[in-house]
Amino acid sequence: MGLVPIAGTSIFDLRASTRGYRLNKMCGSLCSPANREEFKRDEEAYMNRFSLSVAEKRLIRSRDFAGMIDAGMNIYFMLKIGSVTGNSLYRMGAQMRGESYEDFLATRNFKDAV
Amino acid sequence: MPSRIVAGLGLSHVPSVGVAYDRGKMQTPAWKPLSDAYIPVREWLARLEPDVAIVVYNDHGADFMFDQYPSFAIGAAERYGIADEGFGTRPLPEVRGDAEFSAHLCESLIYEHEFDLTVCQELNLEHGFLVPMNLCFEHGKDGWPVAAVPLQVNVIQHPLPTARRCYKLGQALRKAVSSYHEDLRVVVLGTGGMSHQLQGKRFGFMNEPFDQRFLDQIETDPDRLANLTHQQIMEQAGAEAVELIMWLVMRGALSPQARRVHRHYYAPMTTGMGLITFQDD
Repeated sequence: MGLVPIAGTSIFDLRASTRGYRLNKMCGSLCSPANREEFKRDEEAYMNRFSLSVAEKRLIRSRDFAGMIDAGMNIYFMLKIGSVTGNSLYRMGAQMRGESYEDFLATRNFKDAV
Repeated sequence: MPSRIVAGLGLSHVPSVGVAYDRGKMQTPAWKPLSDAYIPVREWLARLEPDVAIVVYNDHGADFMFDQYPSFAIGAAERYGIADEGFGTRPLPEVRGDAEFSAHLCESLIYEHEFDLTVCQELNLEHGFLVPMNLCFEHGKDGWPVAAVPLQVNVIQHPLPTARRCYKLGQALRKAVSSYHEDLRVVVLGTGGMSHQLQGKRFGFMNEPFDQRFLDQIETDPDRLANLTHQQIMEQAGAEAVELIMWLVMRGALSPQARRVHRHYYAPMTTGMGLITFQDD
């Protein structure tokens, strides 16, 4: 009945959701312009407000998107922190694939559709 | 005459379409193939003169957070706002609801068909809902040519409703629509997919043969698609492709006589963008 792991894939289930609850909650808060400004003004204080662990803060500081997913971040919530830190979906994707942005774009059918 | 479903559409809701739309880039070479495919669709929809669109979509953390994430939720409001998903609020008019019709759907679905939906008096709509609306309807400064009923499905936090459950919800929805006393012409939009994966080493994975087969079978053999497990969809079409179960709500809401009108597929970047339309006379 449960889901079976798939190579190269994170399956966002309740265990991941519980693990990543603080991270996702912080990212969810970025749906407000005032909160985005506050995050940009003082990232450390913003992370403290959501009681992020030392390891979680390190993932955010280093923009380690693969690490965030492993820590239970949901991809759609990660898009919000990507946006506020200037990382588009495709830039985050290239990093998760372990490729440069340009190398990743070269694998696409029509790379101008961004 | 009671209300009836006059059309159903399955279509992707890729957020970059909304960005291209807002920036006036739909006529650029990258987006023109998609844009052109929808011109006859909008004309056809306009001829059908629908009063209400039931839009089956999923929230991507715009309105629902993981403190409370409903499996199925339905809007029952007079109007719906535009969400800020974390990238700013799109310059779109709010969406008119039909609270009385929603109330009827809730009563019918919950009392008669035993689908215990979460009922929402306030919903802010995001790309899962708005991109299909942009593709299917032209809005004016003050609003949209149809009222809407948002129907939200959890496709992001497992356990998700099964594909079969979504198909059955569509069948129940058809009965609920046809027992409404007012003469409304209703279209159902099943949104999301097709193949895509947005995280992990397998980021960017697509599977066009899977998508084309899905387009074939949503027309000819939806019952077979309702047997797909989430595991099968994720393995064959990418983790985020599970959104496709929402197309089954739409397909379940159509009669056996529904006939396919349009079909299109375009996969420029990381998502197979599919389109299929059915007319139900």
